[in-house]
Order: sequence, then C-alpha cells, then structure tokens
Amino acid sequence: MTAGFTTDWVIAPAILPAMTAALLIVAWRRDIQMQRIVSVISAVALLGIALFLFDLASDGTVRAYRVGAWPAPFGIVLVLDRLSALMLLLAAGLALTVLVYALAGWDKRGRHFHALFHFQLLGLNGAFLTGDIFNLFVFFEVMLIASYGLMLHGAGARRLRAGFQYVAINLVASTLFLIAVGLIYGITGTLNMADLAQKVPQVTAGNEALLKTGAILLFLVFAIKAAFVPLHWWLPATYAAASAPVAALFAIMTKVGAYAIIRIFGTIFGDGAGALANMVIPWILPAALLTLAVGTIGLLASRRLLDLAAFSIVASMGTLLIAISLFDVDGLTTALYYLVHSTLTGAALFLIVDLISERRGETLDWLVPANPISQAPILGTLFFLIALGVVGLPPLSGFIGKLMVLDATYETRHVWLIWALVLVSSLMMTISFARAGSVVFWKIDGRTTGATWATAAIAPMAAVAVLVTASAALSVFAGPAVEVFHATAVQALDPAGYIDAVLTSQPAAQPTGQ
Amino acid sequence: MELLVASAIGLITAVGVYLILQQWTFPIVVGLTLLSYAVNIFLFAAGRLAVNQPPILTGADAYADPLPQALVLTAIVISFGMTALIVVLALRGFLETETDSADIPPDDLKADKR
Repeated sequence: MTAGFTTDWVIAPAILPAMTAALLIVAWRRDIQMQRIVSVISAVALLGIALFLFDLASDGTVRAYRVGAWPAPFGIVLVLDRLSALMLLLAAGLALTVLVYALAGWDKRGRHFHALFHFQLLGLNGAFLTGDIFNLFVFFEVMLIASYGLMLHGAGARRLRAGFQYVAINLVASTLFLIAVGLIYGITGTLNMADLAQKVPQVTAGNEALLKTGAILLFLVFAIKAAFVPLHWWLPATYAAASAPVAALFAIMTKVGAYAIIRIFGTIFGDGAGALANMVIPWILPAALLTLAVGTIGLLASRRLLDLAAFSIVASMGTLLIAISLFDVDGLTTALYYLVHSTLTGAALFLIVDLISERRGETLDWLVPANPISQAPILGTLFFLIALGVVGLPPLSGFIGKLMVLDATYETRHVWLIWALVLVSSLMMTISFARAGSVVFWKIDGRTTGATWATAAIAPMAAVAVLVTASAALSVFAGPAVEVFHATAVQALDPAGYIDAVLTSQPAAQPTGQ
Repeated sequence: MELLVASAIGLITAVGVYLILQQWTFPIVVGLTLLSYAVNIFLFAAGRLAVNQPPILTGADAYADPLPQALVLTAIVISFGMTALIVVLALRGFLETETDSADIPPDDLKADKR
C-alpha cells in the first residue's frame, strides 16, 4: 500500500502545474494579485515535490507510474529515475526563481503570463517523466504551445516576426517527430521506450534501414530543440526577442533536447540495440564542435547584450554536446554537471541583461557608450560573476564543468581538436564578455537622472543572486554533486533497470473497475 | 494501393517542403498545413494498409490497428490548433508591419545603431 502511494507521487509534477494553470484561467483571469499568489504557491509546492521525488529516486530504484493502471506497454507510463528526478528538480528550481523575477512587472505586460508559465512547466515535467515516445511528442507540444504564448508575451512587431519563425520551425520539427514515430511504430509495433529497448535488437535485417531512418529523424528533432549547428538558427532570434523571464525559462528548453537524446539513445538505441547500437553517436561530436565554434563567433560578433546571452546559450550547448558525444559514464557525468551549470548561468545571464538594459533608457542593451546606470556596483558584480561562470573561469561552476569536459575527452581520438577548440573558445568568450562589461559599466558619458536612476527593486536582483549562488554551490559542493551525477549517468546508460521497472515488475494485469 | 498512398504522401510532402521555403508567410502556412496532411496519411500507413477490417473490439483474428488512429487523431488536433495559431501570428505580423515577409524586420535590428 505505502509503496503504491509513493509511486503515485510520480505523476504529481505533471498534475500540479496543469491544475494551477487551468485554475488561474478559470478563476482569476483578471485578478493579477491572486494569480501571483497562487502561481508562487504552486511553484513552491512543485519545488517541494521535486525535492521529494529527487530524494525518492536517489535510492537507485526506477519507479514507473501506470496511468489508469493499464499494464505496460499498452498504457502510458511515467517513469521516475535519477535522470528524470534531476531534471525535474532543475526545472522546478529555475521556474521558482524566474517567477519571482517576473513578479516585478514582466507578468503584467500581457495577459495569462502565469497560466502559460505553468502550462510550460507541465510540458517540461511531462517530457522528463514520460516513458513513451508518442507521449513525449504530446508533452513536447504542450511545452511548445505554452512557449509560443510566452514568447509573444508583451507583443511588438519584432517579437511577432521572431515568433512566426519560431512557431514555423517547431511545426516542421513536430512533423519530423511524427514521421519518426510512424516509422518506429510501423517497424516495431510499440512506442513504449522500455518495450522498444527490447524489440529494437530483434528487428530483422530488411527493416533495419527504415528503423534507422526513424531513429535519425528523431535525433534530428532533438537536435533542433537542442540548437545543434546547423539547426540553431531559430535560437538567437527567438531568445533575443522573448521577454527576459521567458528567455531565462527557455534556458532549460534546449536542455530538454539534450535530455531526450540521453534518454532515447541511451535507453533504446544504446549498447544493447544490436545492429543499431549507438548509431547516432558519431554524428554528435562534429555537430558539437561546430556548435561551439559558431556560438563563440556569434559571441564575438554581438552588438547587443541579448545577442551575447543568446549565443552564449549556443556555445554552452556545444560544450555540453561534446561531453554527451562520448556517451560513456564519464562523458554523461560531465554532461549532466555542465547541463545544470549552463541552465543556471544561462538563465542568470538573461535576467541580468534585462536588469541592465532597463536602466539604460533608450540605449537598451546595445553595446554603445551610454549614461551610467543606477546600482552599477551590485549589477556589475553580478554581471562579472555570471560572466565568469559562462566563460568557465574559477571560482564558479563553469570552471569545474569545462575542466571535467577536458578531463573526460583526454583519452579520445580527437583530443587535440576538442581541447584546442574548448580553450580557444573560452579565450574568445572572455574577450567578448570583457568588452561588453567594460562598455556597459565603464564607457559612460553624461549623467542619468530621473526615473531610470531611481529604479531599485530588491526581488529581481535577489532572483539573479540566487542563481549565481546556486552556481557557486555547485562549485563548492562539486564532490557530492559529481557523485550524484555519476550515479545518474550509470543508471541512464544501463537500461536493464528501466526495462524491468516498466515491464517486468508490474502488478499482474487485472481488469480495472469492472 | 501502396503505390497510390506512397506517391500521394511523397507528392504532398514535396509540395509542402517547396512552399515552406518561400519568403512570404502565406505560402509557409499553406506548406505547413500540407506537411501535416502528409504526416497524417503517413501515420495511417504505419499501421499497414488494410481495407474492410473490423475494429479491435470484435475479437476477430485480423483487425484494424487502433493505435495509428489514436496517433492521427492527436496529431490532427495539435496541427489544427497550431495552424490556427500561426495564421493569427502571420496576420498580426502583417497588420503591424504591413508586409507579408517572414523575415525579421531589419529596421528593428539597426534601430539603435549609432
């Protein structure tokens, strides 16, 4: 009884935001104060649930929740293992921080910010939990639909155009996803990830090519989400056009692509997949190196702080993918560390850029000399710290992350290429951030007076500070953190426990309710 | 029948891809719609092409595969909603910028260049 009860909590991270969002629309669609209260309470509760589930998953067992008590592989399963629990915790923590930031005024610039925000969380959490490929598609769509709304939050011609491109590119990605789902279902007759992991090795030689096509299409979809070069074009325009809290929340959306690659290609097409084992892995490293190079070039060419932030996301995805491309325990441990680090610092960067640009009047975030900004010492310190984290200098978590990447790739064949690119790109990133920081904080002309000088809200800056502190904590407690990530990587690369939890150790199929 | 369905899917996809490569929002929207049609037929075909099969309820040996139908239904709902959204986006964009181009207006990018 108690075991069943704890397993039921697995679905809570999907239900809570769904109910909250629906409630916000139905009950308080015009009352922004109530929306804020309910929204924050729900986000705090979600963080609590995520912590509880994280603790639950840390014993190493995989828990499967069967929706409607239908036996797998016929019904939908939600699966909680270390990896999904880690992603849930990251999403919930980021969401709460970003929400606090948005309370300072961003949420009033358009309608239904809070409802869309929670729908987005529903999509994210669902994508992290689901154990079924089609269900993954549905949660991707939920996440995307909410993100379309959030992206357009506040409107404006430029945002509409960028939004159109964003929606169009994601519709194409969804189309590819469906084709991949069709191919995989047509060959194997199942879409349950655990079931697929068992059926893929048994595919006959004649069907291998079709299944391979399906898997590569799936990889392509995740690559679009994760902004692999050359599929990254949507990202800088979208992130730079979105409002700051939304862009900060989107920092985890690229990571969903990375998560899906680890999940699908670790569980289904991993070592045990027979003829199709690890077939996309060789594609990841070249794409990763290109992504890092393009991201760095973009950083150097940025004329706005927002472009700087957007391209630093691209560059961080490149570094993250280098670690993923190893696809062994060390590589994934590094990848997870870097994933958490880059989500936190990426989000913090978008928020600090917003804080800076709203103090600069008409100059906004353009890297041109302008009036001095208010609270420059605090903002400057935060910007400096975040830049250190993004670039990968000590003492924040970026340094350890990059060190782990270098260490994990030390024995690979392309070590010189990887090391050269990672180190040179770090230097280039340092230069771009140093240039941006000195223009914004030191190259000042004139005096600022009036309203822009007076703005001094504590909450937004506290939100940024929390993200920086989290990054610092990841650095200080790197030892225990790496142990957790190591255990997560071991579990993610060994699908046996996953398959067992979903398929084998289920209660005997009983007719329900009749 | 296989040839007919396969060539229809191929043709619709080709037209859809051609249209989404255009510069204006209207052909892109039509292209995306065509792509979603092609995908819907494709998903049906994933359950094998079979005519006059009973539903799974009857306990017959051969039955129509219900799962692709469920997938198609979901896909239709989602693509329908998405098409509606992107039409509104294209329309709002057209009304605000007075052009149907899908490009991000360059004026905005350079507005503050000094």
